Amino acid sequence: MEMEVKEIQRENTATQLLTIVGAVNDAMKMLLESDESVMILGEDIGKNGGVFRATEGLQEKFGTDRVVDTPLSEAGIIGTSIGLAVNGFKPIAEIQFLGFIYPAYEQIMTHVSRLRMRTMGHYTVPMVIRAPYGAGIRSPEIHSDSTESLFTHMPGIKVVCPSTPYDAKGLLIAAMEDPDPVLMLEPMKSYRAKREEVPVGKYTVEIGKGKRVREGTDVTLIAWGAMMPIVEKAAQQSEKKGISCDIIDLRTLYPIDREIIAESVQKTGRAVIVHEAHLTGGLGNDIISIINDTSFLYLRAPIERVTGFDVPVPFFALEEDFLPTPARVLESIEKAVHF
Amino acid sequence: METQFPIKRIIDDEGNVVDASYCEQLHGELAKELYYHMKRIRAFDRKAISLQRQGRLGTYAPMEGQEASQVGSALALGQDDWMFPTYRDHGAKLTFGAPMVETYLYWNGRAEGCVPPVGKNIFPPAVPIATQLPHAAGAAWAEMRKGTRNAAIAYFGDGATSEGDFHEGLNFASVLKAPVLFFNQNNRYAISVPIEKQMNSETIAQKAVAYGMPGVRIDGNDCFSVYFEAKKALEDARNGRGPTLIEAVTWRTGAHTTADDPSKYRPEDQGKEIVDPLVRLERFMKKNSCWDEAWIVEIEALIKAEVETAVEEMESYPKANVEDLFDHVFAKMPTQLAEQKESYLAHLKRG
Ligand SMILES: Cc1ncc(C[n+]2csc(CCOP(=O)(O)OP(=O)(O)O)c2C)c(N)n1
Ligand SMILES: [Mg+2]
Repeated sequence: MEMEVKEIQRENTATQLLTIVGAVNDAMKMLLESDESVMILGEDIGKNGGVFRATEGLQEKFGTDRVVDTPLSEAGIIGTSIGLAVNGFKPIAEIQFLGFIYPAYEQIMTHVSRLRMRTMGHYTVPMVIRAPYGAGIRSPEIHSDSTESLFTHMPGIKVVCPSTPYDAKGLLIAAMEDPDPVLMLEPMKSYRAKREEVPVGKYTVEIGKGKRVREGTDVTLIAWGAMMPIVEKAAQQSEKKGISCDIIDLRTLYPIDREIIAESVQKTGRAVIVHEAHLTGGLGNDIISIINDTSFLYLRAPIERVTGFDVPVPFFALEEDFLPTPARVLESIEKAVHF
Repeated sequence: METQFPIKRIIDDEGNVVDASYCEQLHGELAKELYYHMKRIRAFDRKAISLQRQGRLGTYAPMEGQEASQVGSALALGQDDWMFPTYRDHGAKLTFGAPMVETYLYWNGRAEGCVPPVGKNIFPPAVPIATQLPHAAGAAWAEMRKGTRNAAIAYFGDGATSEGDFHEGLNFASVLKAPVLFFNQNNRYAISVPIEKQMNSETIAQKAVAYGMPGVRIDGNDCFSVYFEAKKALEDARNGRGPTLIEAVTWRTGAHTTADDPSKYRPEDQGKEIVDPLVRLERFMKKNSCWDEAWIVEIEALIKAEVETAVEEMESYPKANVEDLFDHVFAKMPTQLAEQKESYLAHLKRG
């Protein structure tokens, strides 16, 4: 595993250098260690350690009763996780790729997300669903979907999407500690893109809180997950053109951090929203509504969106044309600034 | 259950005929045809793996070891039958008439790889597991309603039997008496998950009982057994006797895909005792005086040239056209999509 445990004492906090996938692994290890009721379910997650190695070593350490290679059935994985969750366990269900979650859509839509409401709080579903998502790594077809809005549209489930190893570990632990179901989307393109120092111990990143990753004055860039490196590149390029970008990494897609968006847009007066999901029905539209509701009179230009197109995620020969690029983001930044 | 669904075979590992009732039908021409196609898809497969390693192809799903299952079943089809393959059944596709160039293109991230040749009913490979089974039931139902004698074959793996769509597909087909052959290749693994963890049933064939259709368990590495059992099931289907489930017990020699490492989950000596389906047929041919060295040399050269030409054509194929991203989503492009296309093309023009 890419863990290279390199413990550094920094302000009394031991850290280790981890990738996103390493941080996810570390978080699950910690959760299994600290709570007997935590279980992991999924396809190929045991002996094989997951197709992305996110669960590497966990079955060896915690046994086949707690880290379970399930039959090949997403509805089965989520359905049995519901049963486990209402009866004393805390399942972390891995869906191998977000593009294969659809057989479980019914279980998530009609049960995971609304059991609390249907039973007036008697039954709750404290579970976490993890799913790698996104295009850009030349995967075979249908492995590259980014359909977060299918879940942000679903009342009763929270959706988080980290873009860094630190946030991945902190959000996953927070998701498990949350009394409600949480879907964590993991940007597979960023899984091993970079390493950073991550605290060795348990910590959480608050669900529902975005993060400002760059201070700027002219335009707000809002993105998450695998789009973060894209907007950061665009911001560097804008800087050369004298445009200063304020970048928000949303981190949680439901519930959205309205304050951080409002605060930033009220400062810059402009916003460019970037997501790889399709434009129509995409989360960008909810963000526009938030800006409309909170900051309309501060706007100096129409809000721009740079997104995947209203087409199915294509075969990989065309995926770079589907995905937002720094060049497209830069054009939108300039359009907003020179409006 | 294993005794109720014994593995049927016509030739054994040594190439001896073990089911005398087929003696008459095991003629040299059939053996040669099966051998040629198995050899051909193996050459395709090995080349694909090597191209992938050199970065000339995307992630690829090898099928070495499953040639007898794929070729035997595909040769049993009629020209106008429907084929519903998975991502591992390009051997069956190629045998049924899919061109090599397009098949390589599929693995190079090109939608061209999903377009069947004119006059052939080959569905795009099923990537979401088991989703193709209800499709096959539907296409077969349509043939029935149109009053033809055409049938459909749906390929799927052992892991696919755990998905709801497997059960729904079988149930629909049996209720409707649709002419479908549900052709399972039980290679005993679904990526890393061995069949014992996938199901508590001893066989896959027995699942047919629940749906009131015949279930047949065969040696999937015996191309004759595959060919004749598939023929029989298709014949039954054409004659209004409804669907059949065939479980072809086989073995994937290599990795699940080029991104997979089977040494992580398969014991090193597992499967070592399995005789290569091509070797098995070769033994049969040698024992029955239909092994012709000159012919072998000839087909080897033919196949080599065909594969080389296909790779060259694949590599010199026109680049993927950006407009294809937008043009095939609807018959008539909605304005909001047309605007997205126009704006993206304009962006590209500005460089
Ligand atoms: C709905 C769905 N879930 C998960 C996957 C990921 N996946 C691809 S192949 C595979 C295993 C399939 O095993 P099996 O049906 O035995 O076919 P084989 O690969 O052995 O030919 C899995 C889990 C998928 N493609 N679709
Ligand atoms: Mg299998």
